Amino acid sequence: MKVLIPSPLRSYTGNQSLVDANGRSLAELVLDLERQFPGIRFRMIDEQDQMRPHIRFFVNGEQSFELSQSLGPTDDVAIVQALSGG
Amino acid sequence: MAKPTRRKARRAPAKRRSASTKKRGVLVLVATRKGAWLYRTDASRRKYAVDGPHFLGHVVSHLVLDPRDGRTLLAAAKTGHLGPTIFRSENLGKSWAEAKKPPAFPKAAEGEKGRVVDHTFWLTPGHSSEPGVWYAGTSPQGLFRSEDGGVSWEPVSGFNDAPEYRAWMGGAQDGTPDGPKLHSIIVDPRDAAHLYLGMSSGGVHESTDAGATWKPLVQGLEVVEGFDPKNLAVHDPHCIALCPSNPDRLYQQNHCGIYRLDRPGTEWVRVGKNMPKTVGDVGFPMVVHPRDADSAWVFPMDGTNVWPRTSPDGKAAVFGTRDAGKTWKRLDRGFPKAEAWWTVKRQAMAADARDPVGLYFGTTSGELWASRDEGRSFQSVVRHLPEIYAVETAEFGG
Repeated sequence: MKVLIPSPLRSYTGNQSLVDANGRSLAELVLDLERQFPGIRFRMIDEQDQMRPHIRFFVNGEQSFELSQSLGPTDDVAIVQALSGG
Repeated sequence: MAKPTRRKARRAPAKRRSASTKKRGVLVLVATRKGAWLYRTDASRRKYAVDGPHFLGHVVSHLVLDPRDGRTLLAAAKTGHLGPTIFRSENLGKSWAEAKKPPAFPKAAEGEKGRVVDHTFWLTPGHSSEPGVWYAGTSPQGLFRSEDGGVSWEPVSGFNDAPEYRAWMGGAQDGTPDGPKLHSIIVDPRDAAHLYLGMSSGGVHESTDAGATWKPLVQGLEVVEGFDPKNLAVHDPHCIALCPSNPDRLYQQNHCGIYRLDRPGTEWVRVGKNMPKTVGDVGFPMVVHPRDADSAWVFPMDGTNVWPRTSPDGKAAVFGTRDAGKTWKRLDRGFPKAEAWWTVKRQAMAADARDPVGLYFGTTSGELWASRDEGRSFQSVVRHLPEIYAVETAEFGG
């Protein structure tokens, strides 16, 4: 499936904004991203397997709060940074 | 103010250089809330060549050169949105690679609340006999060790998981406004297994077995009024420094004063009581002379009322001692005479190893100041940086 990568994480994806990755859940998808782009997972997911506070996951336009959320092969996933900072 | 130039520092004329400093410049490493900069001075330390920004937009808490190889740099970084990491360079910042396994607490058992590293705050190269070893202190408080030059990091369980230490670390509300921190990791230059560290809050602690076990070292330290100094959780060391010329002597800038400790003694002496009463002895950084254990410098701040943490009365000054804290001298030549509401964070002041010693500090308002004469006079050498978090120095050239 296609995964939209936010600009702060594109240093890991060779500046690609849209990448292909697979997984039956968000957790598996993130692991596949880590396999392809080492180091990217820890910037999004902490050591307790929780989404970091300013990282958001959207599946088919709906925000998801659980890494256990199931995914289908045609789902669209967008990873975005929260509108925060200064 | 010396004008920064980009990688084009001119050398001072040869006839003006002493044999000991011939061709040698100082590398000044500046970590800020929005990136890192490297400044290379010429031999006279009058001109600064800028190399940066590195990691523009990243919150860089500490940038440290490995003195054992003179080329490996480690940067503790995160961004406002992304998790913390460590960046490494093996060529003095020409290229960088990310740590494969940054400092992180172990995954908690099912049903337990695990700890999460918010950011790595402090980096310390290991002992000269242990190339590749580094220590890291994090927020919230955690001690981590790398044995491969910072590529991968493991928790020091003897500290992080000791029940009494978990209690002394407290919660987020017990630390600094940026979160509780583990800092001032010191390796005894005579013994790789002898370590010190500080926690804000949580006190000063010592290990003589490479971190397997620890014991508090807080005797003589005062705490905020109304609290019991026997409670380690209320101790707040801001910065601790060991004297390279006498590793049995430590100085400390604490939330509650300036202290000196001479080992094997275990009682800190509040030498800050000898500071002028109108200035007080509150501050963040603590800097020691590389060759004279009686000499040290602090940057006092206003710790009254709501703790502005700015220069008292807006009159910025470094204070230095030449007699181990018995007397302190105000050093403010070159600073504005008034309206200088500066804050200098605990990692943002450093000395070089030259003779006379150079002093460097960065303000939260993004200005780097330097002295080439051990504090007798200061010059503004860089302006308009982001909020400066840390300043370190290293020699380069030869």
